[in-house]
Amino acid sequence: MKAPDFRYLKPKTLPECLSLLAEHGDLAQVLAGGQSLMPLLNLRLAAPAVLIDINGLSELSGIREADGSITIGALERHEEIAQSAIVRQRLPLLADAAPHIAHIAIRARGTIGGSVALADPAAEWPACCLALGAEIELASTRGRRRVAAADYFQGLYTTARQADELVAAIHFPPAAPNAVHAFREISRRRGDFAIAGLALAALRTGETLHNVRLAFFGVSDRPILASNAMAALEGRPLGASMIEAACKALGAELSPPEDPAYPAAYKRQVATTLLARILGDLQAELLDA
Amino acid sequence: MSTDLKEPIGAEVPRDRAKRLLAGRGRFVDDISLPRMVHMAFLRSPYPHARIRGIDTSAAADMPGVVRVVTAADLADVVSTWRPLHNRFPTMAAPEQGVLATDTARFQGEAVAAVLAATRAQAEDACEAIVIDWQALAQVGDVATALTPGAPRIHEEMSSNLAFEAEVVAGDAEAALANADHVVERTFRFHRHTGVSLETRGILAEYDPTERRLTVYQSHQTPHQQQDLYARLLGLPEHKVRVICPDVGGAFGVKHHLYPDELAACAAAVLLGRPVKFIADRVESFMTDVHCRDHEVHARMGFAADGQIVGLAIEDRFNAGAYGQHPRSSVAEGNQITRLTGAPYRLENYAAKLKMAFLNRGILGHIRAVGHPIAAAVSEALIELGAKELGRDALDLRRQNYLRDSDFPLTSAGGVAFERLSFTQCLDKALSLADVGAFRQEQAALRAKGIHRGIGFNTFVELTAIGPEYYGEGGQHISAQETCLLRMEASGQVRIHIGTTDQGQGIDTGIQQVVAGVLGIPLDDIEVISGDSALSPMGGGSWGSRGAALGGEVAMRAARTLRLNLLSMAGFLLQKSADDLDLVDGIVVDRQHGTAHMSTADLAKIGHFRPYTLPSDLPSDLTVTARYASRDRMFIAGNGIQVAIVEVDTGTGLVRPLRHLVVHDCGRVLNPLLVREQIRGGVVQGLGSALYEEFRYAENGALLNASFADYLVPMAAEMPDIEVAHVTTPTETSELGAKGAGEAGLAGAVGAILNAVNDAISPTGAFLTEVPLTPPRILEAINRVAQIE
Repeated sequence: MKAPDFRYLKPKTLPECLSLLAEHGDLAQVLAGGQSLMPLLNLRLAAPAVLIDINGLSELSGIREADGSITIGALERHEEIAQSAIVRQRLPLLADAAPHIAHIAIRARGTIGGSVALADPAAEWPACCLALGAEIELASTRGRRRVAAADYFQGLYTTARQADELVAAIHFPPAAPNAVHAFREISRRRGDFAIAGLALAALRTGETLHNVRLAFFGVSDRPILASNAMAALEGRPLGASMIEAACKALGAELSPPEDPAYPAAYKRQVATTLLARILGDLQAELLDA
Repeated sequence: MSTDLKEPIGAEVPRDRAKRLLAGRGRFVDDISLPRMVHMAFLRSPYPHARIRGIDTSAAADMPGVVRVVTAADLADVVSTWRPLHNRFPTMAAPEQGVLATDTARFQGEAVAAVLAATRAQAEDACEAIVIDWQALAQVGDVATALTPGAPRIHEEMSSNLAFEAEVVAGDAEAALANADHVVERTFRFHRHTGVSLETRGILAEYDPTERRLTVYQSHQTPHQQQDLYARLLGLPEHKVRVICPDVGGAFGVKHHLYPDELAACAAAVLLGRPVKFIADRVESFMTDVHCRDHEVHARMGFAADGQIVGLAIEDRFNAGAYGQHPRSSVAEGNQITRLTGAPYRLENYAAKLKMAFLNRGILGHIRAVGHPIAAAVSEALIELGAKELGRDALDLRRQNYLRDSDFPLTSAGGVAFERLSFTQCLDKALSLADVGAFRQEQAALRAKGIHRGIGFNTFVELTAIGPEYYGEGGQHISAQETCLLRMEASGQVRIHIGTTDQGQGIDTGIQQVVAGVLGIPLDDIEVISGDSALSPMGGGSWGSRGAALGGEVAMRAARTLRLNLLSMAGFLLQKSADDLDLVDGIVVDRQHGTAHMSTADLAKIGHFRPYTLPSDLPSDLTVTARYASRDRMFIAGNGIQVAIVEVDTGTGLVRPLRHLVVHDCGRVLNPLLVREQIRGGVVQGLGSALYEEFRYAENGALLNASFADYLVPMAAEMPDIEVAHVTTPTETSELGAKGAGEAGLAGAVGAILNAVNDAISPTGAFLTEVPLTPPRILEAINRVAQIE
């Protein structure tokens, strides 16, 4: 199939881009890496009147640390994030997650802003944002605002972004010295969207975990925090009975949508397996260190 | 065995096209453009079953770039409808089909109208502007429902949805099962998938009304079959219809059928007098390429206390989709299953029933290894179950029951003539390469750590090089004979014109090798010209593993004739007996001493430009032909065994293939490199079939996964190394002794993986019989047993 006809616009500056977004709103689609948008266009599942190509906007690039947070520009490619020294040192969860995103060709083009804007429920970056308590920065001609990840992801491909807003950057709190993290997903083939995945972030004191955040993806209409399982782990030394309790809590609180390929019961079981394994590994790591 | 079959026959020669394709110089249908060409796009039924109450094309006709919008009525005067009859199966229903649906659409994706426009994008835009007054009808998506009395009928001309039923009987299976000491019984389910070629189907048809000449460029396996069909269905003189298959990016049986949309492109070219191009996109491919499998097989195998198989009964229920496949019909997959199940074993009492229904689904056709993977998987899963029941080692049980050397030749219980097969030899070879004892030790040690590995064996028979009786008697114009024309140019270099086609498997190279070896001239001095119905002598193309067995044999025969002519010319010129001369590397040499006398170029110049120097009765033709069809048997049967080792994650249901071994007997191997790659490619498709590939449909019959995002194919990262070894039992039906090799990989892989997975999870008590072995199915099977316990 071929994409339906559209107007192609490539703004040279961010203000120009935001004006175009203000002008065209819902009728426009923003083209960043194009790794989801181009197939949607070619399958005629998306038919925007206007395509706004933001690839020329250098303001949206770069990874910086300032004012106690790390800012990743919306146009940073997945592979650039994976290779970034700042990310490896200060946001190791992202560095661990990046290799799970599709294949190298896709990682070389796809962007974090595009992933966060699309909000695919099985995507890696939204779950990392949720696990780390990131803020999504939205820009429009009306100004800029920051939305916490927990408020930003609202449903299936649905976010807090207004039609005239552009995802400009993501702000992450850097990992504390006593931070622990883990990332794992289950997919049929290397590079596939996850059947279920988990991004874990926590602080540790000895073998005890605090501020535990378990962000699951692929098991709901958006990335979700497993709050009961988190509560089961909070403030206690990680051990076999705690892991069992967390898995039990998770099984009770997850209600994945029925999917013809992966029934809800299967997804729940696999998510539980994932949690048990990630916690088992973490326990060994805590004992080791 | 003939002594003139010299190197490079049997040498590892890379295929001749590889360099050009790697350099990006391939020429596929979509690379060809012609002046005044228009693009064709189809409006396809979004419903699996619906009445078409009206079609309004007026808005579409006014869209930018649109040349013409056509419906069935517009093409009715240009192209006929057809019925895929098969005279060997006279009771098979063959409802009428046309290029576009008229009043009813019977599967999702069936073409209803088409737009011809300056660009494909404009044609698609205009398709969206066609207004159809649909009335959705009750859809039927499974055989059980289709065959229930009172079920909605797919074809009003038929009294029910039953397309065909048949029975194969030897001895008395029911009595044998009733008296058996042990009977194992299961129902197996093999879901629907397709062939997935990298290059999608595509066609470019050019019509010149002044000469009534139709030239078709098409990604296809059978140019002569298409020439005949286009001539007859479009009412054109056959000698003015030419079908050219340029580079073809994979076919796997998907591309040896007649497709309504492709014929519609030809009809539109005739209607407009302009070249028309249609290239299927991936969604269209998934929806409208022929599908395969979709069988449910209920099977019972009975054993005597000593382990002897005493009886086997199977019932296969499957479907043709919405119409029969033209021109081959859709019955072959079920037919092969009823002929091949239990085939490796001594079997006196056998009964196989098949029922084929019509459904509101895409059409099922012949895709690589038609029926084989199912027959082998069912047989070999039953052997495993029997061994458990008997407390026997499954390999010993196989060995006890295998057909033995002294049994051949025989006609199997399924009715297939087996010349000589090598089951025991293949098993012995497999066991010399895979140390089962060491694996079992490792398996036990890993199980203690919660790691579940399994090993699976799968014996298979491979039916290749179909004989002329099947389609000849069936009434189809499908050649099972091959003709080869060799023409030596004045330089002494040779062009081979042959009816077999090369769609990436490399048969052109194998044929080149045969001619080089028999003729005694260098490989580089030979080129194969294939895939052109005007340039290649009438032949069958490449499908059903016929290229090496039939094309190789006929090339050998033609090369022998040319060689005799060259040597008789040389004998006259040198005043020696032709018997004392030989051709080596393009030089006529003394057979005994090797003294060089003259080159083929010297001979060719004399033959072409100074023929008056030779006696007129001397055999000196430099253009020769030969023809060959296998006689007195429907197939040339080969065989083999596959061994798979897998790891099953019992927490997720994911299966990781770790090792895969194929021991294969295809008789004489023309080119071990190409045969290995054929086998590996087939194994990968088999792993796809066993683990990933499956069409899924919603309750309302809508296809849910017509894209590579959701229809999973095997990818390199998940594939194990695939080892290939050979046992060589040449067929004596031909002098070359080659059997086909295209089915083996797929034929054996599915059952090997099924048995390996079942072995891996055997401690859980679960035993799967549904393919593909998806993670949810594996966990569900384990959970079900756990709940019972």
